[in-house]
Amino acid sequence: MTGEVRLTAASTGGCHLFSGCGYPAPGLQDFEFKPLFTVGSLHFTKPMLLAVLCAAGVIAFFWAAFWRPKMVPRGAQNLAELGILAVRDQILRPALGRRGDRYLPFLVSLFFFIWVCNLMELFPVFQFPVMSRIGFVWPLVIIVYLLYLYLGFRHQGLWGYFRNMIPPGVPFFILPILIPVELARFFVVQPFTLGVRLFANMFAGHLLLTIFYLATWYLASLSIGLLYAVGSAAMVVFVFLLELLVDLLQAFIFTTLTATYIASSLEPAH
Amino acid sequence: MEYLAQAAQNPLIPTAAELIIGTVCFVLVFGILGYLLMPRILRMLAERTESIEGGLARAEEAQAEANRLLEQYRQQLAEARHEAARLREEAREQGAQIVAEMREQAQGEARRITEAAQAQIEAERQQALTALHTQVGTLATELASRIVGESLTDEARQHRMVDRFLGELEQPAARQ
Repeated sequence: MTGEVRLTAASTGGCHLFSGCGYPAPGLQDFEFKPLFTVGSLHFTKPMLLAVLCAAGVIAFFWAAFWRPKMVPRGAQNLAELGILAVRDQILRPALGRRGDRYLPFLVSLFFFIWVCNLMELFPVFQFPVMSRIGFVWPLVIIVYLLYLYLGFRHQGLWGYFRNMIPPGVPFFILPILIPVELARFFVVQPFTLGVRLFANMFAGHLLLTIFYLATWYLASLSIGLLYAVGSAAMVVFVFLLELLVDLLQAFIFTTLTATYIASSLEPAH
Repeated sequence: MEYLAQAAQNPLIPTAAELIIGTVCFVLVFGILGYLLMPRILRMLAERTESIEGGLARAEEAQAEANRLLEQYRQQLAEARHEAARLREEAREQGAQIVAEMREQAQGEARRITEAAQAQIEAERQQALTALHTQVGTLATELASRIVGESLTDEARQHRMVDRFLGELEQPAARQ
């Protein structure tokens, strides 16, 4: 049985405590969707629709705010200015200082796109964090990494870039160990953690929310279960608020790490 | 259904469609924000900063100008007061001088008038004296000739004659 089917069964009310069926525990299958439509071998699913909506939403909001900027900001412009200045002062400036201001548009795009995608898990009807599908995370990681490497090569030279990975004054005999480790760090561990951190947080968040949504419904029968259902509903509220924070935090972390990478590309860390 | 079964296996493996949509979405967001919208707002922010700083500078300038004018007015006022005081002082001095001059002039005039009057009196007195001298001689001669012409035997007659003579002398004076 697939998740969609089981979810449907649980939410349409057939399955409750003591009604003979077990708790429909959410799992990997809840992250798979039936394609809305298919072009060739490419299936267009709900997360993709959400990603498109998020991109359109972010663009529409900033378009409304910044297309005709006013000297005295009002409404959307006020809010959007607050947003970009927050990205500048909380993320960009601490890592890069004033010289990093030219990367502000990139970081703003990254931050707001990820944030809105994450927030999708909380809105009714949407109720799915786009970034819990890793297919939407890797493109961001790849773009960030391409920028990271390009800036590193341009500012330190190809040879200098690799040389700067090795701290000066390291004993000769350590190099055979250090070089593979550093290379692995730069090209495997760092990008992997950058992407998986975001993905895993959203994945776990969605799972948590689903668990308590389903448990509330499952426990809500005319029995002692009702009491637990109330507890589960309280957990929904708690996890909801927690996820509100996590969504922002993960967007912040991803963008901050990007800013840090850019900074380390502009000049060697040691 | 078999599509779901195989895709559900590893959440770390992306599907091609997701990669494509994800890339397109972000590139669109970055393209529009980065090349259309952010430059506009950053330019506006810079302009705003400049206009606020410019406004502050202008205000400061105006304040300085106002202070300068105030100082100038104060100085002019002080100068005017000083000038007025000086003029008053000068006028008082001139007035005093004029009074003194006038007084001196008046005194001189008075003295001149007094002197002229005295000189005239003196001249008239001299004239009177001269006239008296000549008349006394004539009168004495006339009186002597009368006394000699009549006989001077009787003291009473002599007195009468002298009285008559004096009476004649006084009569023309009374007639005049």
